[in-house]
Amino acid sequence: MTTYSRARDGRRLALAGAAGTLAALSSIGLLATSAWLISRSAQHPPVLYLMVPVAAVQAFGIGRSFFRYAERLAGHDAALRILARMRMSAYDRLERLAPAGTAAFRSGDLISRLVSDIDATTDRWLRVRLPYAVALATGAVTVAVMAALQPASGLVLALSLAAAALGAPLLADVIGYQAERRLSPLRGELAAATSDLLNGAGELSVFSSSAGALRDVTAAGAAVTRVQARSAYARGLGMAVSTLAAGAALWLCLAFGVEGVRSGAVPGVVLAVLVLTPLAAHELFSGLGPAAQEIPRLRSSAARVGDVLGRPDPVREPASPMPPPAAPYDIRVSGLAARWEADGPDVLSGADLWLPAGHRIAVTGPSGSGKTTLAMVLLRFLDPSAGTVTLAGTDITELDSAAVRSVIGLCEQDAHIFDSTLRENLRLARPAATDAELRDALSRARLSDWADTLPAGLDTPVGEHGARLSGGQRQRLALARVLLADFPVVILDEPAEHLDEETADALTGDLLAATAGRTVLLITHRPVPAAQVDQVLRLTGGRLAEVPSAGHLGTKRPDLQPF
Amino acid sequence: MKPFDPRLLKHARRARLPVAAVAVLGAAAAGLIIVQAQLLADGIAAAFTGGATLGALRGVLLALAAVLAGRVAVAWAGEIASYRASAAVKAELRRSFLARAVELGPRWLAGRRSAELTALATEGVEALDGYFAKYLPQLILAAIVPVVVLVRVGLADPLAAVTIAATLPLVPVFGALVGKMTGAYAEQRWRALAVLSHHFLDVVSGLPTLKVFGRSKDQRAVIGRVTGEYRRATMDTLRVAFLSSLVLELVATMSVALVAVEVGLSLVYGHLGLRTGLLALILAPEAYLPLRQAAAQFHASADGLAAAAAAIEIIETPPPPAGERRAPAPRVIRAEAVSVVHPGRSGRAPANFSALFRAGEISVLAGPSGSGKSTLVDVLLGFAQPSAGRVLVDGDDLAGLDCETWRSQVGWVPQQPYLFPGTVAANIRLGCPGAPDAAVAAAARAAALDDVPLGRLVTERGGGLSSGQCRRVALARALLPGRPVLLLDEPTAGLDPEAEDRVLDTLRAQAAAGRIVLIAAHHPRVIAVADQVVRLTVDEVQASAAQTARYEEIPV
Repeated sequence: MTTYSRARDGRRLALAGAAGTLAALSSIGLLATSAWLISRSAQHPPVLYLMVPVAAVQAFGIGRSFFRYAERLAGHDAALRILARMRMSAYDRLERLAPAGTAAFRSGDLISRLVSDIDATTDRWLRVRLPYAVALATGAVTVAVMAALQPASGLVLALSLAAAALGAPLLADVIGYQAERRLSPLRGELAAATSDLLNGAGELSVFSSSAGALRDVTAAGAAVTRVQARSAYARGLGMAVSTLAAGAALWLCLAFGVEGVRSGAVPGVVLAVLVLTPLAAHELFSGLGPAAQEIPRLRSSAARVGDVLGRPDPVREPASPMPPPAAPYDIRVSGLAARWEADGPDVLSGADLWLPAGHRIAVTGPSGSGKTTLAMVLLRFLDPSAGTVTLAGTDITELDSAAVRSVIGLCEQDAHIFDSTLRENLRLARPAATDAELRDALSRARLSDWADTLPAGLDTPVGEHGARLSGGQRQRLALARVLLADFPVVILDEPAEHLDEETADALTGDLLAATAGRTVLLITHRPVPAAQVDQVLRLTGGRLAEVPSAGHLGTKRPDLQPF
Repeated sequence: MKPFDPRLLKHARRARLPVAAVAVLGAAAAGLIIVQAQLLADGIAAAFTGGATLGALRGVLLALAAVLAGRVAVAWAGEIASYRASAAVKAELRRSFLARAVELGPRWLAGRRSAELTALATEGVEALDGYFAKYLPQLILAAIVPVVVLVRVGLADPLAAVTIAATLPLVPVFGALVGKMTGAYAEQRWRALAVLSHHFLDVVSGLPTLKVFGRSKDQRAVIGRVTGEYRRATMDTLRVAFLSSLVLELVATMSVALVAVEVGLSLVYGHLGLRTGLLALILAPEAYLPLRQAAAQFHASADGLAAAAAAIEIIETPPPPAGERRAPAPRVIRAEAVSVVHPGRSGRAPANFSALFRAGEISVLAGPSGSGKSTLVDVLLGFAQPSAGRVLVDGDDLAGLDCETWRSQVGWVPQQPYLFPGTVAANIRLGCPGAPDAAVAAAARAAALDDVPLGRLVTERGGGLSSGQCRRVALARALLPGRPVLLLDEPTAGLDPEAEDRVLDTLRAQAAAGRIVLIAAHHPRVIAVADQVVRLTVDEVQASAAQTARYEEIPV
């Protein structure tokens, strides 16, 4: 299907290119036939002789507008189709990579940057390749006609058009691409300095440091501008080159034309055509400058997209997966090591964990100690680099990753809330759920008091990233989703992070209450009341160690626990 | 949107010179176009009808070469001048609006705004490049060239000038019409694309969540379907919208064709010389070109202008009122019936709050979420202004004090402290850049910050530290300058009991040293060390207001 639609996209682009070429040729033809008409008129012929060129002039005038209309329609249609195809193929790849393979892109700005980079691949076709194709076809026809009138002028036009078409992009490429590469990190520094200034505005103001931070931003902006100066000089040179090429063509064609008329090789009536045709052709080619300026930016975009989409799969799916295991879902982790990058350091090394069905274990530890990595491995988002994880006795690398995730669910910090309604966000977890089931899940997540007051009820839009909900409500909605999906095993990964103290305390209690009876792994850096879980483990140096004074499992060493 | 916003030059004075240079270069370009047309007409006519040779045309050819060299120089200088104009405007707008945003304070910046403003300071302001590099030069040419061309053609061939003069106004008239239609279309298309990108972005951001629920594979088809639907809807509007620009193009090209035919017939009947006829033909398209290009570039520049307007709006936002008297090192802070009304929320938080905070005492502000504890701390810092009531510092109204000197009396730990990229020690030194290492280490110890080496690098937004560690770094930062007032919002949140005890010991010592220590907290252990507990209550009106909150429908 992809090949089929790709071929159709190609046909639409070709249609847009053909229409664009005819529009450009009409534009040049209008000036050339007008020049001929005026020159011929100066010889005072009978008016009847001028009817054909008069009609041609008008036909070119009308044709140009209509072909332009056709080009625009076909071009936009093709662009939107290509956009859909690009997005679908990028999505296919991202779907395999996420979340471990795209971990470096967790922050919102980086994801939106990636998405706009993917969209920029469409611009390559429309804003660079199409104008160049049109220019090439138009240039070839124009040069052929010129060469038929006078070979020397044809050659001049061919060379000058080539200089205009290639000079600007080469300069943009040599200077602009370098500048663009240096710009990206500088732009990042500017954004970081700005973000520090604005997010830390209170601290800066109280601790008398605003002026310095503002100076940092100004300096970062000046650094960006300095590099842009190079692009501006490249642009200026590009403009100069294309103006020079046009001027040289004009001058040489006039000189050759005059000489041709003198020697009798060229009829005098054609002289104006020889001079004015390069004028019109170069006007068209001067439009390539902006197209060429897009090249460095689009190349950087394409390189960044390729960098992400070309990463290795974080999870290798087994060729013939084992059948999905049956309850009880005991989980055993032994000697587990895991890393995010193939050549990076192990975040976990030699971690052991025994989580029997129905038990609740808390894993604590400082940020960066590998708590989330552990969750990623258990959810089969990341392959272990050593050691094993078994689910109900089956090694999870022998299982289809989707089968593992139908048993083990996740309620994470900053769970994604889709910009849709409450209902759609919930039904994600179980598409066939009835309203009664949705309301029951909300009530177990202690959201129904609030949801019942909403005039639109379940059809209430939640806003982008759930912006219309409070932080606590977002996490409770994420919990309701997990309850609705009815996972036998639930991983709660820092569910109360980014909430104020009071809300966090209330939420953690409610989370544990709502998941009562399920197997729970609570990942947190907050102190955990020992009464709420069976065991508290601490993750440091890539290993899990018991924290004393925990519940009844605390005395049992994982390796001694019988199956 | 206006094609040129004079406020740009008002707020970016250093851009005046380069913008003037862009205009002068535009005028020079117009002059060169006229002279070039004249020389071409001269040369062709002389060779065709007069049989002139290259030698006879030497003067024309030399002059033409000079004109062409001039055009090359103008084209190059034009790019440089528009870059300079753009760079000057960007730098000044960015600095001015950020300075004003900081002056307006963290409360004004709260929420999404800081992210939006970061985008405005970077991509938003950068989009002005398109305006200065592409649109403004064409706009200036569009104002100069048609008039000059019309005058020149009018002197040579009045009839051709009449043709141009009759159709030329149609270009802006149709342009305005087209602008209206394509404006609405561009708006629509932009919105459609924005919704599309937003949907794709939402799905990609939510990919991990979709995978958890086994729903990620379904979304591929949804992306294709949604894009397809928008394509069909957009193409329907495009067919109509492009018709109007078709008419505009027809006017421009057909009038050139009319001039050619008119000139041709005048030549046949001997009313006109070839030289004049060629001049009219070469110049006629030039009259329309800048107008058409300006219209074509308008949308490329719209983003930059919109960003500039947003920045100027912030620059023109009046700063919060500030007094001028120097603040004393206070002994007593008194809140008298302080209420704050929040826009978009009925109900005040705090509501009618009165209390007395004395040096040498720990005062704890207690109360449920939404009762206004953090707002009260902001009022005491001058980040928020009371809607009613006042705050007295040693009997002197806070509103009359100079904010800068007042804030330099206060050590502050906000609810979510912000750490800057750099070392932990650099973060602690924020208020005291010259503090010796020993003082920094002592402040860190007092804040129970033993588990983090002071040389540890903190990345963006406190990355590398837990939220409890961030809070203790912020506490050490507040303690280091030894200021007479400490305002602490939940300073022990996320701390284990042992660390919490040590922090509370420190705060007792700070109070004993004669400082005013004010803590917003809800933990019983913090309340236990208080000399005074002041409770805030939720305003009655607010509770019922929350239930009538209205939600707008999103049109999708």
